[in-house]
Amino acid sequence: MAMLSFEKKYRVRGGTLLGGDLFDFWVGPFYVGFFGVTAVFFAILGTALLAYGASLGDTWNIWRINIAPPDLKYGLGFAPLKEGGIWQLVTICALGAFCSWALRQAEIARKLGCGLHVPFAFSAAIFAYFSLVVVRPILMGAWGHGFPYGILSHLDWVSNTGYQYLHFHYNPAHMIAVTFFFTNCLALALHSALVLSALNPGKGQVVKAPEHENTYFRDIIGYSIGTLGIHRLGLFLAMSASFWSAVCIIISGPFWTRGWPEWWGWWLNLPIWK
Amino acid sequence: MSSLGIRPLALGIVAVVGVFLAVPMVLGFQKPFIESVQHGPRGVAMGVVYNDETLVTNAAANKIPGYLPQLPPVGPKASAIYKNVQVLGDLSVGQFTRTMASITQWVAPTQGCNYCHNPANMADDGKYTKVVARRMLQMTQNINQNWQPHVAATGVTCYTCHRGLNIPANVWVDTSTGPGTDTGMGFAAMTPGKNAPSAAAGLASLPSDPYTPYLEKAETIRVIGNTALATDNHASIKQTDWTYALMMHMSNALGVNCTYCHNTRAMADWSQSPPQRVTAWYGIRMVREMNVGYMDGLAGVFPEYRKGPLGDVQKVNCTTCHQGVYKPLYGVSMAKDFPELQKVSSANGGPRLP
Repeated sequence: MAMLSFEKKYRVRGGTLLGGDLFDFWVGPFYVGFFGVTAVFFAILGTALLAYGASLGDTWNIWRINIAPPDLKYGLGFAPLKEGGIWQLVTICALGAFCSWALRQAEIARKLGCGLHVPFAFSAAIFAYFSLVVVRPILMGAWGHGFPYGILSHLDWVSNTGYQYLHFHYNPAHMIAVTFFFTNCLALALHSALVLSALNPGKGQVVKAPEHENTYFRDIIGYSIGTLGIHRLGLFLAMSASFWSAVCIIISGPFWTRGWPEWWGWWLNLPIWK
Repeated sequence: MSSLGIRPLALGIVAVVGVFLAVPMVLGFQKPFIESVQHGPRGVAMGVVYNDETLVTNAAANKIPGYLPQLPPVGPKASAIYKNVQVLGDLSVGQFTRTMASITQWVAPTQGCNYCHNPANMADDGKYTKVVARRMLQMTQNINQNWQPHVAATGVTCYTCHRGLNIPANVWVDTSTGPGTDTGMGFAAMTPGKNAPSAAAGLASLPSDPYTPYLEKAETIRVIGNTALATDNHASIKQTDWTYALMMHMSNALGVNCTYCHNTRAMADWSQSPPQRVTAWYGIRMVREMNVGYMDGLAGVFPEYRKGPLGDVQKVNCTTCHQGVYKPLYGVSMAKDFPELQKVSSANGGPRLP
């Protein structure tokens, strides 16, 4: 792939976390690094295991392929390969690949002398997955509490897991997470709309700068968060959404086994109006 | 201006309110750890999840009591010795006495025989409790003989519901409608059953009385359509709320969750449902018969102070027997040692359906 004249300037040695100079090179546009190698290794192995699992099933219909976790009876031990063992190995591969990816992001940030915001943000998503397939199953005593890998099957799992707590919308952390997801969506829509509106002023008009953007919001709501602030807000909203999703599933089971509406008894029982 | 700025003051208020709310909120959670039972194929998340502490409490609260041993059918029949023995007359005097003593232990352990009987004339039907008790004996026999799809061979006795209390701990009366039961005022007044924590529905904001329409009347419970798209289904969201409330009641009554009877990807589909759903289906019909065929028929017998604000008698729901456990008394059969409760007597009369 062709490289632009100035790109070379940014392709500097160093900043690696592991492997020293060994994998400190590029393949085409891609930085490799030790964690690039491990990411590719885990991704290929995990995908191959998924394909093997699918070949054991009764369908190649992409929607219905299902790689299920073990029965609860295996607890936190290893299950036979064809009875959930594949799921366990795929889980290890997935976490290996995701963490490799985050560490590769960190290495690139170090190379460029940037902050670690990108790997930090990506870690929130890894944390949500890790909560679902590791933290909660360990707290509940069986890998079988993890979710199955399949397009429809994981939706069935979500449905049943929700109904195990009778009415999941009463889960307080789920409420917070959903609120963050929607707020995140609103903020992204407003931000992108504002930027596009400043850069597309209409034929014959001058492109506008951040002062126009700030004034726009000051006129509407009396306040503009600013060009840097909007990105701080965006990162906060997005990471909070994944964080509270992780919380909402970790508390379902380990810390609450009944219907979520019933949890709100603490509110009804506050001494002021009990 | 005082030195106390607005910022520390605001922070102080937030901190106090935060602690005030956070403590009961955190204490509201359960301590780990849990037990779980798988009910479906792996990875489908069908099954029950119990907190360890709940299991200990439930086990202690649902033990069967000790009871008198069975006696052989020797000696004269109760009907030959006593007067006005309408249901258990075929028992020997010894067996009959054992049944009476057992009922006393199960239903009126502190009041004794005189809770139902006039001590001057045991055959007298003057006390309402005696008339009710006779009808309840008939009901018990009917359940054990005719409702095996629900109670199986385990059967029920008086103790299944009463647990040593004159009135079972979990009964209900109609509170759904009627004068003076509106909440709010003016244009915001509404009949109860929405927008308030419903004890029947595990504190969800769902109808407060799902019992009257489904466990006494036979309103249609199914609101879900038979097709993927809502082609010909006219059930409303409001109807769905009532059904949801009933399902919440059933779940809490048994200490289980929706997946005990349903694969929630297709709630209505019997072929994907666990067999427990069939048992529950019969249970709903059984409870309706208990309420309509037995309890409602005693309206003229119960004194006013035993009735609800709308004048109906106290009735049965799933919690009356189950009391938070998937099988009442964890499925230990007491009825097997009380054969007189298992068969409908010749003079039973059966349920009186309107």
